[in-house]
Amino acid sequence: MDIEIPPLPKPNTRASIALKGLIGACFAALLVIFVVPAFSSVNPNNVTILNVSYDPTRELYQEINSAFAKDWQARTQQIVTVRQSHGGSGKQARSIIDGLQADVATLALGYDIDMLHSSGDLIPANALQRLPQNSAPYTSTIVFLVRKGNPKNIRNWQDLVRPNVAVITANPKTSGGARWAYLAAWGAAYLSGGTTVARDFVTKLYQNVPVLDSGARGATTTFAQRGVGDALLTWENEAFLAVREFGTDKFEIITPPTSILAEPPVTVVDKVVDKHGTRKVAEAYLQFLYTPEGQEIIARNNYRPVDKTVAIKFSAKFPALTLFTLADVSGTWGETQKTHFSDGGIFDQIYAIKFR
Amino acid sequence: MSTVTGHFSRRPHTVLPGFKLAMGVTLLYLSLVVLLPLSTVFFKTLSMSWESFWHTISAPRAVASYKLSFSISLIAALINAIFGTLVAWVLVRYNFPGKRVVDALVDLPFALPTAVAGIALTALYAPNGLLGEPLQALGINVAFTPLGILVALTFIGLPFVVRTVQPVLEDMEKEFEEAAQSLGASPFQTFWLVILPAIFPSACTGFTLAFARAVGEYGSVIFIAGNMPMVSEITPLIIMTKLEQFDYAGATAIAVVMLVTSFSLLLVINTLQWWARKQRGEERL
Repeated sequence: MDIEIPPLPKPNTRASIALKGLIGACFAALLVIFVVPAFSSVNPNNVTILNVSYDPTRELYQEINSAFAKDWQARTQQIVTVRQSHGGSGKQARSIIDGLQADVATLALGYDIDMLHSSGDLIPANALQRLPQNSAPYTSTIVFLVRKGNPKNIRNWQDLVRPNVAVITANPKTSGGARWAYLAAWGAAYLSGGTTVARDFVTKLYQNVPVLDSGARGATTTFAQRGVGDALLTWENEAFLAVREFGTDKFEIITPPTSILAEPPVTVVDKVVDKHGTRKVAEAYLQFLYTPEGQEIIARNNYRPVDKTVAIKFSAKFPALTLFTLADVSGTWGETQKTHFSDGGIFDQIYAIKFR
Repeated sequence: MSTVTGHFSRRPHTVLPGFKLAMGVTLLYLSLVVLLPLSTVFFKTLSMSWESFWHTISAPRAVASYKLSFSISLIAALINAIFGTLVAWVLVRYNFPGKRVVDALVDLPFALPTAVAGIALTALYAPNGLLGEPLQALGINVAFTPLGILVALTFIGLPFVVRTVQPVLEDMEKEFEEAAQSLGASPFQTFWLVILPAIFPSACTGFTLAFARAVGEYGSVIFIAGNMPMVSEITPLIIMTKLEQFDYAGATAIAVVMLVTSFSLLLVINTLQWWARKQRGEERL
């Protein structure tokens, strides 16, 4: 067979050199971005894992990480570095789905973990049944933060819908903590009178909300620093933090008689740990959260421990109250999301009624 | 390959070398930086049916947010077009102590992270803030209302107008104004007939840039807006909300509406500007 090779067009030398340079630079950049990190976790005596978590857990995991590193080194002689990433829970879940190499995910809601399975296929469907207590090594609840002396005398959920009370909370559509707050309000009313009462209650409640921040921390700022509102509906741990930060002479925490049991779940991200070969250390990291040492760190960082002995030790810190679960008042996360927070759901209807 | 080179070689010959390379790099650059990311927005929406697309973009909350975002951005850009031109005028035509500092101040909204701007403005205009408290006594609430959004968008848009008008004013010789005055024009006529036509196109460009920036602004606005659905919820927040709920297609559907609207508005403004320039050019001839 006779193939005639067409003469190559004479390249403009300066242009082709520039082009080659450009292509070379691009390859070099790609190399740095994709290949170099892959080699960084090869050393068998050093291992690095990434914990992708939500906003308020920063201090908690700083303490957990150094305690776990000591524990792991004593057991295996391996030096483990746990890197942390914090942000809004939904945003963090999206980052993991979009390729953030999280070895473990410790998020605010089961829904965001569910999405790692249904949207990203990164973990199995039963991921949250792999560890005790629905894979929630710590729990929290929703409480009220009020101004010192409680001038509006806010004690219970019903007090929040009085016409002269302004309530601050974040937008449940954008904030995990705010979703728990909404569900706490819903649940408290639901248990007293069923769906109609609950729907009426949340409608009245959100009509008393003058500002909807996009995240829990933003809502705290609006309430504490901008001086807007009479009560802040927030995580118990966030309320502790606000009181410590701004002073007991400014704010006090009101724990309502009933509230929701918020279970922020944790999981290893199977696809990532199997790729990195970090499954063993990642699983040990999560199990460490359940040890007495881990549970004490958790309690010191204002989360409610699940270990009974540790819970008793810290019982003065966390007032007793009747806690209901999400399943008691609204079903699974999938159902809850659909009924309450998806477009046209109950939360949207609150505003549709207000502006009809 | 040959058809492409043939096509290019048929273009009028220019004495400047490097057209092919420059054009190639331009196209590559624009494709990588602008077209590729934007086309993914359109591709994501293709996963929706026409009905669900329409349902998403015509939802009352979305429509309320378009009205809010576009109208407030226009007002903010207009305010900046007027006061930004004034600032540029003062900076070019007058000498005063501290001029360099004032000049540098203009760029601050560029340099500041938008979240910082948002937090600072909110602290200032909140009901317990330095300006918010006296304003509230007068019955004006700024923070957590649409007025707050206007404040934020005006803040971030200022440099665009100043920086586009300034060089034109610097190039414009003072003699023109003096000539107009000596020919008997009143100060108003001098401004209206001599200065304004010269700086109008650049003020217009500044207006367009400030507007485009304002429509897409997120960071500074969410802190001060209050984010109440139907009242003070900007379109970028609706997009964020949808992403937060893993509704990628819905988010991109709203983004498509923003893109198309912004692009049409920018096209109209640019055409008007081109037309105005042409009119002026012909008058001169």
